[in-house]
Amino acid sequence: MLAQLAQSVGEFVRPPIDWHAAAPELTLLGVGALLTMMDIVWLERGRRLAPLLASLGLLATMVPIVTLAVDGADRSMFNGAFVVDNYALLMKALFVLSGYVVVLLSTNYIAEGDYWENEYYGLLLSSVLGMVLMASARDLITIFVALELLSIPAYMLATWRKRDLKSNEAGLKYYLMGVFASAIMLYGMSLLYGGAGSTLLVDIDEAISAADSPSSVIVLGIIFVIIGFAFKVSAFPFHTWAPDTYEGAPTPVTAFLSVASKAAGFVALMNLLFVGFFGRDDVYEPVLWILAAASMTVGNLIALRQTNVVRMLAYSGVAQAGYMLAPLAVASAVGDAALEATVTYLVVYAAMNLGAFAVVMAVARKTRSAEIESFRGLFHYAPGLTVAMTIFLFSLAGIPPLGGWWAKFRVMEAVIDANTASGVVIGVFVAVNSVIALYYYARIGLGMWAEEAPDGDVTPVRVTPSLMAALGITAGITLAFGVYPQLISDFDVSLLAGIGG
Amino acid sequence: MLLNQFLLLAAVLFCIGVYGVLVRKNGMLVLMSVELILNAVNINLVAFGTLTDDVGGAVFALFTIAVAAAEVGIGLAIVLLMYRNRRSIDLSEADLLKG
Repeated sequence: MLAQLAQSVGEFVRPPIDWHAAAPELTLLGVGALLTMMDIVWLERGRRLAPLLASLGLLATMVPIVTLAVDGADRSMFNGAFVVDNYALLMKALFVLSGYVVVLLSTNYIAEGDYWENEYYGLLLSSVLGMVLMASARDLITIFVALELLSIPAYMLATWRKRDLKSNEAGLKYYLMGVFASAIMLYGMSLLYGGAGSTLLVDIDEAISAADSPSSVIVLGIIFVIIGFAFKVSAFPFHTWAPDTYEGAPTPVTAFLSVASKAAGFVALMNLLFVGFFGRDDVYEPVLWILAAASMTVGNLIALRQTNVVRMLAYSGVAQAGYMLAPLAVASAVGDAALEATVTYLVVYAAMNLGAFAVVMAVARKTRSAEIESFRGLFHYAPGLTVAMTIFLFSLAGIPPLGGWWAKFRVMEAVIDANTASGVVIGVFVAVNSVIALYYYARIGLGMWAEEAPDGDVTPVRVTPSLMAALGITAGITLAFGVYPQLISDFDVSLLAGIGG
Repeated sequence: MLLNQFLLLAAVLFCIGVYGVLVRKNGMLVLMSVELILNAVNINLVAFGTLTDDVGGAVFALFTIAVAAAEVGIGLAIVLLMYRNRRSIDLSEADLLKG
């Protein structure tokens, strides 16, 4: 084996590198390294610059993403292990923008605790780097490295308040569940590699689609890999870490985990399904169908009885993961329409969920509480925040004309177009669950508008400029998708037409 | 080459690891159980790679080893943090958050 390795090293030629295609990753890497260096050299003096540098770095990353999108050509490197196409670019833009909003949310929040700040932004950027890499990953090794690159900093971010027992516990639970899931996923990947003889997703698809019925190695491999990512997207029954971690972690980190980390899990799942497993729909579709139906039902039912708004958003996130999995469960019948439905949902979900967390943070600055009770009578002293929260909650519930309605419409369209019994049944699940979910979203809305503030405290809430900017961006995107829903369809996302075909 | 022995060894290690993660309450033992699963993965990868005469498996195993080291480093830090704040690494005591 070693001789063989040495032999292949001897004739090694560097594969051609398309620097333009790798520019977003390299920019993020550079800024992340710069932040870490600044922390080492300037110590306390770098503290005030860190959020500024991090947000500028994220905006700078958008430049190569936009130039690549304008260029429009699909690019592929390393035999197809790293691919840049419209879908990858859209997801990269989503990750970078979510990262930017999270930096805006963190700016004052992290500074107010007595903790180091520079490392926080360095870790945040390296996590975003992992996500951006994940969008292009079309190879088992690349997917694994990207997954760890985004997860490992996230474990540290969740444990950020290191003297707070709740934050410790949040990080501990997230870490243990996360490594367990990635270990199971790796075992699945090793089986897939054994069954297909290659780590490239395209080769795996070719090798496993040929047979009439899949070998047991392939079945186990696919199921283990899907289970690994089900943890990441917090789908039932692998969601148990989510509510605890969301409650104990610092709120900007919670927003980051619930949006960006979940989206990264979905991106990995979509890369695997559409490029790697597409021919084996007899294996992945039943698994995803069960995950989708169980996630939305259980998530919504548990969300009904939550009293803490962060925990409620965590369980609502489990249910939303179910809606996003639903089109993937009928992927073989509708093809790229399923991909487009899930991508649309991810983009809209990112905007509305980040927005909801921004309002929770703004309100918690005054009330020092995340209980649903503390939102009562919000309209009397913070009408602007009330309107924003109402938009986000109703969008999450899927009420027209907000973005969430369009996202849910696309999901329904995909599952009905599949024209199969399983598609119709999962459509019924989505419809019934949307009604259940409306109850707990509307309960907060009613409390804000119609009730009196607890203890009659109506001093206004001070909203910091960065929080205001975050609210503006997220509310703008949520409304834009409601008014002009073709935004994603115009972008023409596809995995099947491209290299994966 | 006989492949089955390696795959069986890996499967046994995997099962012991999963059992350990699910049953053990001691933070360190859970970390060690996760390591067992990762070693099962490495055995699988190297065995499959050698069988098909493809270096991909060995390369994947190297990546797994390197990343697992980083991951366990973080895990040890988190368990140590728990020990500092609580004087115990019993996972069943971490029950502040529930509902």
